[in-house]
Amino acid sequence: MSFGIGDVAPSLELRNTLGEDHALPAAGEATATVVVWTCNHCPYALAWHDRIQAVARDYDERGVAFLQVNSNDAERYPADSPEAMRERVEAGEFATPYLHDPEQEAARSFGALKTPDVFVLDAELRLAYRGAPDADYDDPGQDAAWLRASLDALIAGRRPDPAETEPVGCSVKWKAG
Amino acid sequence: MDSGATRARIEFLWWAECPSWERALAILSEEVTAGGLDSEIIESIEVKTEADAERLGFPGSPTIRIGAVDIAATGRPEPTGLTCRVYRRADGRASPLPEREDIRAALARARQEAA
Repeated sequence: MSFGIGDVAPSLELRNTLGEDHALPAAGEATATVVVWTCNHCPYALAWHDRIQAVARDYDERGVAFLQVNSNDAERYPADSPEAMRERVEAGEFATPYLHDPEQEAARSFGALKTPDVFVLDAELRLAYRGAPDADYDDPGQDAAWLRASLDALIAGRRPDPAETEPVGCSVKWKAG
Repeated sequence: MDSGATRARIEFLWWAECPSWERALAILSEEVTAGGLDSEIIESIEVKTEADAERLGFPGSPTIRIGAVDIAATGRPEPTGLTCRVYRRADGRASPLPEREDIRAALARARQEAA
């Protein structure tokens, strides 16, 4: 079951492409936490990718934690295999840990629907923004404005407005059965 | 206006799970109309199953074929399946949309070949 605006995020414990464990920060540890569902094969995820990495770099020194998760069924979509994920990380394409969700439990517990699907948590790990990075996958000039605005709001002690937008992209590729 | 492209089949293949299909179809319709044709000649083909994708040689949504030629053909074999297609823009960006100029050029080629 997914969680909604204001709800505390479910726990998230996944491994990155090197086999290292990652989790959400503890409450109060980060100013905000961004979790983005993404993948390797989807043109929407790829179109928004550089904009999202730029946000991760720009807000790193402002106390924002950032994780990216791939939950796709790699049997049906081999481009989303752990090996392919590792290749992209080794090529320097990711500014944050890139986590594999082979059992798809994280996607289910967050209610992730698309790639990309952006979840922004406040310092207490309550969902503050969920949706698309910005209004147009095909316009780099949008610069992930909705994601940036949500972080700016939290850093300034305000709630993001809007708190929700429609995630746009490829569907998360669920395993059969 | 008469045009060679009127004799070329214009196919638009799409999968509903990739939302860019509507925008891509709008661009194709605009370019077909700009070429003096009725956009009604576009054959819209919804691909619903993996079996459909294999039978139609569908490499991803959206796919545009003009005169049976894929406007984004790479010259290499591409796997078929229900997926969203990655287009590469001239500046290297990935996009779920074909370049308008590629559609225009494909329509122009079809007109020339039919002339």
